[in-house]
Amino acid sequence: MTAIQMEQSFGQRLKNSNIVQAWLVLTLALLFGAALAGIQISLAPTIEANKINETRQKVPELIFGKTRALEMAAQNKNLHVTPQFIAVEKQGKKVFYNVFKADMDGKCVGWVVKTNGQGYADKIELLIGLAPDAETITGLFILDQKETPGLGNKIVTEKWRSQFIGKPTGTRLTVTKTGAVTDTEINAVTGATISSRSAINIINTAVGDLKGPLTAKAK
Amino acid sequence: MERTIKKMADQPTTTERFIQGILPENPVYRQLLGLCATLAVTNNMKSALTMGGAVAFVLVCANVITSLMRNLLKPHLRIVIFTLTIATFVTIADRFLAAYMYQMSKTLGPYIPLIIVNCIIICRCEVCASKQPVITAAADAVGQSIGFTLAMASLAAVREILGTGMFFGLRVLPVAWPDWVIMVLPPGAFLTFGILLGTLNWIDSLRAAGSGKK
Repeated sequence: MTAIQMEQSFGQRLKNSNIVQAWLVLTLALLFGAALAGIQISLAPTIEANKINETRQKVPELIFGKTRALEMAAQNKNLHVTPQFIAVEKQGKKVFYNVFKADMDGKCVGWVVKTNGQGYADKIELLIGLAPDAETITGLFILDQKETPGLGNKIVTEKWRSQFIGKPTGTRLTVTKTGAVTDTEINAVTGATISSRSAINIINTAVGDLKGPLTAKAK
Repeated sequence: MERTIKKMADQPTTTERFIQGILPENPVYRQLLGLCATLAVTNNMKSALTMGGAVAFVLVCANVITSLMRNLLKPHLRIVIFTLTIATFVTIADRFLAAYMYQMSKTLGPYIPLIIVNCIIICRCEVCASKQPVITAAADAVGQSIGFTLAMASLAAVREILGTGMFFGLRVLPVAWPDWVIMVLPPGAFLTFGILLGTLNWIDSLRAAGSGKK
């Protein structure tokens, strides 16, 4: 009698246990998890390739400027782009930069640095083109930004970005609202000083960090 | 038991479910659900339609799966299962967009993953799919998706044309048009939505008054 009672209560307990009640949730979690892993495995290479492609396509324009890049594309001259990581020791921490080295006919013709930093609204992700000796900036491209439309997002316009072409990397660039006079001044986008300043700070940091390593590598 | 049978019999039919979603119970204009995404991505037609497509995919898949499992659902665990199912399909949609529509996935940003918390989908799982057979659930999902996409398109058309002078990225208003930048900014979404919703309600009230006189 007592044995049966105990068995019943065990069966009852099993039925009431949270794990048994949740069998459907657990099974589904396993099934869906497996399905998602499969999708991730099959799609991840395409997604990664999309990101790298976007950067690669911009490399000639960032190094030679738009006109020459178009000319080169017409003449079917291709750059050889090799992505690499450069580690920079900074305040005891290692910072990694994603850098693309552009070679033409076996000679280094320039660098493209992919970097990001905080903007006014969200992260700004950008590409900086540098000369082989890393002494001058040869181009700028904004990969991703969520700045205010109509104001801050004007940092993506060619008009604003073209200011950076030919700027020296030796001194930090500064933002001005009154019209750039010196070599290291950049005009702010009207009504979006914070966005402009953020972009310039990101550039200053990346260029400052990488100038040394890149100059050493180009030699 | 008797009550459940009666409740089952009261459920709308497949055709009713399908039609309801498009206008009479439009998720955006009538149920006022999923407004976060609606307001956020309707500043141009392309992203509005992509969003509509993504929601349609998730809604149809989630409704079908939920309906197939409806007899296994336990009342206190149903929401967990809905969320699990929805999250899976949203992740699939998100990865798919990133792989094959890279630019669009960048434009939509976090709003694709946010479909997980879109109330339209969980509402359809709860109201229809967990109680009715697969065909009805699928029809319901398609109807609701059409309704959602139409609502998104109506908002996006107004906002894109007034805000940028363009439609699907093609210029429709003369170049001299001073772009109403506010229309593509968040306030423009609220303004447009309020005006369109008000207009719909006004038309409805006129109709009701008209039929009342007869």
